Amino acid sequence: MFWVTQGVLSFLATASFGILFNAPKKTLFHCGLVGAIGWLIYYSLLKHGMDAVLASFAGSFVIAIVAHMLARRFKMPMIIFSVAGIIPLVPGGMAYNAMRHVVENEYLESIQYAAKAFIITGAIVMGLVFAEVFMQFIFNIIRKRKAKALQNEI
Amino acid sequence: MIEMEEEELAIDCFLLAGRLLMQSGAETYRAEDTMLRMANSQGLTSAQSFVTPTGIIFSAGHKRPTRIVQIPRRSTDLEKIALVNGVSRRLTAEQITLSEAFEELQRIDRSNLYFPTWLQIVASAIASGCFLILFEGVWSDVPAAILAGGIGFLLFVLMHELTKVKFFAEFTAALFVGITAFLTVKLGIGIQIDKIIIASVMPLVPGLLIANAVRDLMAGHFVSGVAKGTEAFLTAFAIGAGVALVLSF
Repeated sequence: MFWVTQGVLSFLATASFGILFNAPKKTLFHCGLVGAIGWLIYYSLLKHGMDAVLASFAGSFVIAIVAHMLARRFKMPMIIFSVAGIIPLVPGGMAYNAMRHVVENEYLESIQYAAKAFIITGAIVMGLVFAEVFMQFIFNIIRKRKAKALQNEI
Repeated sequence: MIEMEEEELAIDCFLLAGRLLMQSGAETYRAEDTMLRMANSQGLTSAQSFVTPTGIIFSAGHKRPTRIVQIPRRSTDLEKIALVNGVSRRLTAEQITLSEAFEELQRIDRSNLYFPTWLQIVASAIASGCFLILFEGVWSDVPAAILAGGIGFLLFVLMHELTKVKFFAEFTAALFVGITAFLTVKLGIGIQIDKIIIASVMPLVPGLLIANAVRDLMAGHFVSGVAKGTEAFLTAFAIGAGVALVLSF
C-alpha cells in the first residue's frame, strides 16, 4: 500500500510539472509515468540503505533510458520526457536546510548541506548523461550488427 | 546554389527555428544541430552557427551573409520545442518546402500554447501537496502545502507580469510561500513548517536550467553551460533568500 501511494503521488506530482513546463498534452501521461518510475527506484534504493547520491544517480539513469525510448516512439526530443521526471529527485530538503543554517549564522553546518545538495544535483545530471552515452553505444552496436547481417546476405 | 532572395528566406527560417528553440528552453547543442541540419538540407553545406542563451550568430558560409538574432526572453515551453523539432524533421525529410516551414515557424512563434494560468496554479498546488508526502511529511499538512504552493505560484505569475524581472518574481513567490506556511502553522492547520515550505517551493525550482547547464558543459558548450548555470544559481538564490527572510523572524 505504501509503495502504491508513493507511485500515485509521484505520478501526479510529475504530471503536474508537465503542465507547468507546458509539455505536449498527449505526453503528459508518459511524463508522469517516467517520474513515477524514477522516484520509485530512487526511494526504494534509499529505503534499502543506499546513499542518496547513488540512489539519485540510479533514479535519473533509469529516467533517461525510459525517456529515450519514449522519445524514439513519439519522435520528439528526449528532454520533454526527462525534465519533469528528475524534479522529484532534486534535493530541495538539503538546499532548504543549507539556507536555514545560513540564517541562523551556522555557516559550517550550512556548507555540509550545500555540498551534499550540490553533489546530489551533479549525480542526477551524471545519470542523465551516462544514460545517453549508454543508449548511443547500444544503438551503434545494433546498427553495426544490422549492417553486417545485410552484408552477409549479399 | 540557391538564389539571393531564397537565401535570405532560408537564413531567416533557420534563425527563427534556433531562436524558438532557445526561448523555449532547449539544449544549446540541439539548437545548433537543428539549424545546421536544416541548412544542410537546403544546400548550405558550409553553414556555421554559434548559439548562446542570449543570442545566435549564424553564417551561411563562404561569401554569404552572416546574421545575428537576439534572444531577449527565455522560459520553459516543451510543446514549442516538440513543434519546432517536428518542422525541422519534415524540412530535412523534404516533406515540406522552405517557405512552408518558415510560415509554420512564424505561426508557432505567434501562438501561445501554454495551459491556462488557473490550470498551472492548480497543477502547482497539486504538485506541492504530493511532494509533501513524498518528502515524508504528515498527511494533515497536505492542505497547508496545497495552499502555500498555489499562492506561491500565483504570486510568481502576478509579479512576473507586473515587473518582468524573473528573479524578483521568484523571490516574492518564495517569500509568500514562507509567509503562508508560517501562518498555517500559527493557525494550527499545519504542523511541520519545514516540510510545508520545502514541498511548496518545488514548483519554483529551476530543474530544466540545472539539467541543461551541465548537459551543455558536457557537450563542450562552455559559454552556454556557464550562463545557464549562473541563471539557475541566481534563481536558487532568489528562492533561498525569500525563504530565509521568513525564517529569520
